[in-house]
Amino acid sequence: MKQIIDFTVVSNKTLNHEHFVLELKPDKPLPEISAGQFVEVRVDGSENTMLRRPISVHDVDYDKNILSLFIKKVGEGTRHLSELTEGDNLNLILPLGNGFTIPDSSNVLLVGGGCGVAPMLYLARKIAEKGLRPFILLGGKTKTDISGIAAYQAFGKVAITTEDGSEGEKGFVSDHPWMKQETPDFKLLYACGPEPMMKAVNDFGKKHEIDTEVSLEHTMACGFGACLTCVVDTTKGHQLTCKDGPVFNTKELKW
Amino acid sequence: MVNLNVNIDKLKLKNPIMTASGTFGYGPEFDDFIHVDDLGGIVVKGTTGKHREGNPYPRMAETPMGMLNAVGLQNVGVDHFISDIYPQIKDYNTNVLVNVSGSTIDEYLEVAEKINALEKIPGIELNISCPNVKEGGMAFGTSCPSAQAVVEEVRKVYKKTLIVKLSPNVTDVTEIARVVTEAGADALSLINTLLGMAIDAEKQSPILSTVTGGLSGPAVKPVALRMVWQVANAVDVPLIGMGGIRNATDVIEFMLAGATAVEIGTANFVDPQVTVKCIDGIKAYMQRHGVDDVNELIGALRK
Repeated sequence: MKQIIDFTVVSNKTLNHEHFVLELKPDKPLPEISAGQFVEVRVDGSENTMLRRPISVHDVDYDKNILSLFIKKVGEGTRHLSELTEGDNLNLILPLGNGFTIPDSSNVLLVGGGCGVAPMLYLARKIAEKGLRPFILLGGKTKTDISGIAAYQAFGKVAITTEDGSEGEKGFVSDHPWMKQETPDFKLLYACGPEPMMKAVNDFGKKHEIDTEVSLEHTMACGFGACLTCVVDTTKGHQLTCKDGPVFNTKELKW
Repeated sequence: MVNLNVNIDKLKLKNPIMTASGTFGYGPEFDDFIHVDDLGGIVVKGTTGKHREGNPYPRMAETPMGMLNAVGLQNVGVDHFISDIYPQIKDYNTNVLVNVSGSTIDEYLEVAEKINALEKIPGIELNISCPNVKEGGMAFGTSCPSAQAVVEEVRKVYKKTLIVKLSPNVTDVTEIARVVTEAGADALSLINTLLGMAIDAEKQSPILSTVTGGLSGPAVKPVALRMVWQVANAVDVPLIGMGGIRNATDVIEFMLAGATAVEIGTANFVDPQVTVKCIDGIKAYMQRHGVDDVNELIGALRK
């Protein structure tokens, strides 16, 4: 069930010039959240930020009752969020959207590029909770784009690519040996990031007949299926990123 | 105990708070957040004769204190509404109204006639003011002859409460208001969105796939209030005011300007509980001002 909950900022960690992670504590126990779901954050304080901002769930710690959001500074709303400090309040609607399929095998590959790493940590955690260790591939332009690797390593086998080669393999995620295999044994691929990156993962999946799930990002006004603005072209016609997604099997998309 | 009941033609509303079409889905989208039964009424998504895919993405642009949308009447079509949606919402204990849209008079008639047969739908809101479709919609609502024609024809087939939703994209809203009232409208709702545009200066391109879209939210409230006040002084049918309402004070302002009830739209996206908060706020206002009956506020603007 979707809820409207007041949170308090526990910490705001700057990762690099554009990314930061907010840790938030709710005024009641967190609801059940699936990997791949998102929240709608209310941003007050400006006439330009009337609408809430849709943000992926980065991680959930039920023991400490803390929700983490990995956010990219894009415009006025996310810049305002980047300036929050411990003790500030934030109103969220959650949990929203569907979620990724949780696999039965460790032979799955999670690919996150840039801000698209956001949902991958919680997905890795959920997969690891089943006693599995997935493959996790994180990509960025340069090494400052990649952070908190130890957290991912706790849940799976991690590899890094950077476009300038300052960390891990040089190149795009699609240049990594894991995605160059002739006979890959992956049962499922997951991707979130820039569209060319997700399409590259999808091409790899198509070539080897592996299902690919991608998490899409679209502007939306509500986040719960009322405004009908976040449409995606699918084989079933227009579907909503907020309600039918944000996770789609690429077979449903016109890619 | 204060009285919040108001009447729109034959409709009895338990309070003046309704929801605006296109901002409230069919109702169940809000079941997690509020008791829909607490509202005076809901107006479900604009419904056309055939299923419509609507406009391509992007359909939304946030603007200062508002938003532009270009959804383009995406909806399941009247037959699917009747077979799949109506059974889910017919037992809400509130006035469930259908926003009826079309590209031609025949399409309006088809939808109105089919909705007329639904026992639990006590009224329709005739949408002659959608700015986001190429044919029909606003084209009907911005000229007196076409507005008159569509309302007269629908009036012949629709026997229950007929509300006509007016466009603000006209030179004189009172002219259209008079014409559609004479053509048989039982009530008027206003305003639909204002035609607007948003540009991405960095990309030097329009933000919406359709270039233009409909502006809603607090940015339009002064325009909406002015038009409700003008129309209240021009016709004798009940008015449903809307445009940028987000709290009880806004509701009271619309009622003072002449609205019998209001529809809340864009604010539902930001706070899905805004409607019930407004009901509580109206009660508090009435107690503070010693008003026993909310009807005393309708058109009570002091000059």
